[in-house]
Amino acid sequence: MDEEYDAIVLGTGLKECILSGMLSVSGKKVLHIDRNQYYGGDCASITPLEELFARYKSPPPGEQYGRGRDWNVDLIPKFLMANGLLVKLLIHTGVTRYLEFKSVEGSYVYKGGKISKVPVDQKEALASDLMGMFEKRRFRNFLVFVQDVKEDDPRTWKDLDPTNTTTQQLYTKFGLDKNTQDFTGHALALYRDDDYLNEPAMTTIKRIKLYSDSLARYGKSPYLYPMYGLGELPQGFARLSAIYGGTYMLDKPVDEIVLENGRVVGIRSGNEVAKCKQVYCDPSYVPDRVKKVGQVIRCICLMDHPIPNTKDALSTQIIIPQKQVNRRSDIYVSQVSYTHQVAAKGWFIAMVSTTVETSNPEEEIKPGLDLLGPITNKFVTVSDYFEPTDLGGESGIFISESYDATTHFETTCLDVLNIFKRGTGEEFDFSKVKHELGDEEQ
Amino acid sequence: MANRSGPQRPNGTAQAKICQFKLVLLGESAVGKSSLVLRFVKGQFHEFQESTIGAAFLTQTVCVDDTTVKFEIWDTAGQERYHSLAPMYYRGAQAAIVVYDVTNQDTFGRAKTWVKELQRQASPNIVIALAGNKADLANKRSVELEEAQAYAEENGLLFMETSAKTAKNVNEIFLAIAKKLPKSDQNAGNASGQGRRLVESESTAKPASACCSK
Repeated sequence: MDEEYDAIVLGTGLKECILSGMLSVSGKKVLHIDRNQYYGGDCASITPLEELFARYKSPPPGEQYGRGRDWNVDLIPKFLMANGLLVKLLIHTGVTRYLEFKSVEGSYVYKGGKISKVPVDQKEALASDLMGMFEKRRFRNFLVFVQDVKEDDPRTWKDLDPTNTTTQQLYTKFGLDKNTQDFTGHALALYRDDDYLNEPAMTTIKRIKLYSDSLARYGKSPYLYPMYGLGELPQGFARLSAIYGGTYMLDKPVDEIVLENGRVVGIRSGNEVAKCKQVYCDPSYVPDRVKKVGQVIRCICLMDHPIPNTKDALSTQIIIPQKQVNRRSDIYVSQVSYTHQVAAKGWFIAMVSTTVETSNPEEEIKPGLDLLGPITNKFVTVSDYFEPTDLGGESGIFISESYDATTHFETTCLDVLNIFKRGTGEEFDFSKVKHELGDEEQ
Repeated sequence: MANRSGPQRPNGTAQAKICQFKLVLLGESAVGKSSLVLRFVKGQFHEFQESTIGAAFLTQTVCVDDTTVKFEIWDTAGQERYHSLAPMYYRGAQAAIVVYDVTNQDTFGRAKTWVKELQRQASPNIVIALAGNKADLANKRSVELEEAQAYAEENGLLFMETSAKTAKNVNEIFLAIAKKLPKSDQNAGNASGQGRRLVESESTAKPASACCSK
C-alpha cells in the first residue's frame, strides 16, 4: 500500500463503490479500503443469519430458520426504479452482467387503515377502491395530461405552464381531492413529505413519469430487486473498479487521514502511509467533517408468511403517506422473500422505515408493523443521518451523505454524481466505459 | 447463468443442447490465471502479461458429445491480492480452476487454501480443477507432480499440469471440466438465482421478454 494514488476511497458502501468504479473507469489510480472484513458497509446484506442475530446481540437463531447461509439480510431497505438512475448506471457500466433481478410484485398505498394497490394507468384508476366515481374520472384526466406532457414542448402543456405553476395549483386545476393528492404525491411521485406542493408542477410530473415509465418496463410494479440482496450492488461496482485497475483492501483499519496545509496527502494505517491527491469516503471515516441532521429508524422483521392483503405477494412495497397517520414524513414498508435468495425456504423479510420525528421512534413505525401480521423476530436500528460540512474544495476530501429513508436509489445516485462532479470538476462520461469488457453477447 | 437449450438460440446448431456454466479462476497473484484464460479463449500468450486489467469476463465454448458447453469465465481482477474477493465471485459458480505455479511451493500452499475456501463458500456440487501452471519451466520445479496428484485425488479434484506458454493441457483441462459438469437441465439450472439480467432497451416500454429467460 506504500504507493501513490490519484484517489483513495474509504468504505465499501454502494456510493463509495460506484464512485470507485467511476474513478477507475476515468483512468484514475484508485486504492479502495474498508475497515470491515466484508463489502458493503451500511449497504451490506448480512449473512449468515447467525451474524445478523449476533449483530443485534440476540441469542442464536433456532432451527426453524433453516440454514443460516441461505439468508442475506439487507440493513437498508431499498428497491431500484426500473427506469431510474441506478439501472442506467448498471447498464452503462456493464455491472449489470454480474447481477440478476426480479420485479417487485406489488406496490400498495395505505388509506384509512387498509392498503390498496397503487393505480397508475387509466384502467387501474377506474378499478381502484381509493376513489369515488367522479374522483376517478378527474384522476384519469390528470394521468392523461401527465403522460402527454413533454418538458421541451410547450404545446403539450395545454393551458398550464408546469414550470411556472406549483404542484398544488396543478392538483387544484384537475380538481383532485386531498386523498388523491396524497397517494399521487407520495405513492407515485414518491415524495417523503408535503413540501413538494409548493414546488414547480414539472418536477412532480417528471417523478410521476419516472414511476410509470419504470412500470412500463417490466410490468407489475416499477421496482426491481437484486437476487441475493442489495449487498450485491456494491460488490458489482467494486468489481468494475478492480477490472479497471482499482486495488482492494478489506479488513484494513484507517488510523489517520494525513493533511498538509489543510489538504489531504494520504492516509495512514498502522505504520503504512498511502499517498493520494484525494479521498472519497462515507461519514463514518470523518466524524469531524460531518454534521448530524436527523435520524432514520429501520426495523427488520423476519416472518414465515407474506404481508396480509397483498395477494400473497413474494415482494411488496407499501407506502403510508404521512397525513394518513398524522406525521410529517411517510412510513415505508418493503418485503422480499426466499424467492430472492435472501431467506431460507418459506421465509419472508419485511422492513419498516421512516425519518424519525419524535423521541420514541419505535412507536412511530407502529402503523407499518401493524400491517405485517405475526412477526417471528424483529431487529430495530435508529441511525443518525449525516451530511458533510466539508465539501472537499479545500481539503480534497469528498464525503457522501448517509442513506436516507427513501425507498429507492434515486437520491443515492444523485449524491454520487454530485460528489463525482465536485471531485473531478466534470460530469461522469459514460462513453469512457469500454463496452467490450469481454466478448459476451447479449 | 440460466441453462438454455438450442432452439432458443438463433445461431445455435439445430438440435444440439447448449449448457452455460460459470467458471471462476483462483490462485495466488502471478501464477498465470489470466494467461490460461487468454490461451484458452483467444489462443494467445504474452510473456509479460500485465496484472489483470480490463478483461475479466470472457466466454468460450467446448463440445462434449452432443452438448455445447459454454463457459462464462470470471477472472479475479486482482481482488485476490489482499484477500478482498467478494462473495459475489463464488456465487453460482459451477466450476473453478485453482491455479498454482509449479516453480513456487508457496503458491501450491495457497492453492490448497483456495480449495478449502471453495469447499466452504461455493455450492456443494462445484467441479474443481487444480492446474499446476508454468509446466514449461519444469526444470525449475519445486512442486512435484506426484505430490499435487495425491492431493488432488484426496480431495476429488481434477488435476493437470499446464502451460499457458506452450498451450500444454490448456484446452484439455477445460474439456475435462466440461465432461464432468452435470448437463441435465435440472442440475445445470440450479446455480442461477433465477432472476433476470437487465439489458438496455431501445424503447422504455419494452416487455420483459427482452431479457434472458427466467
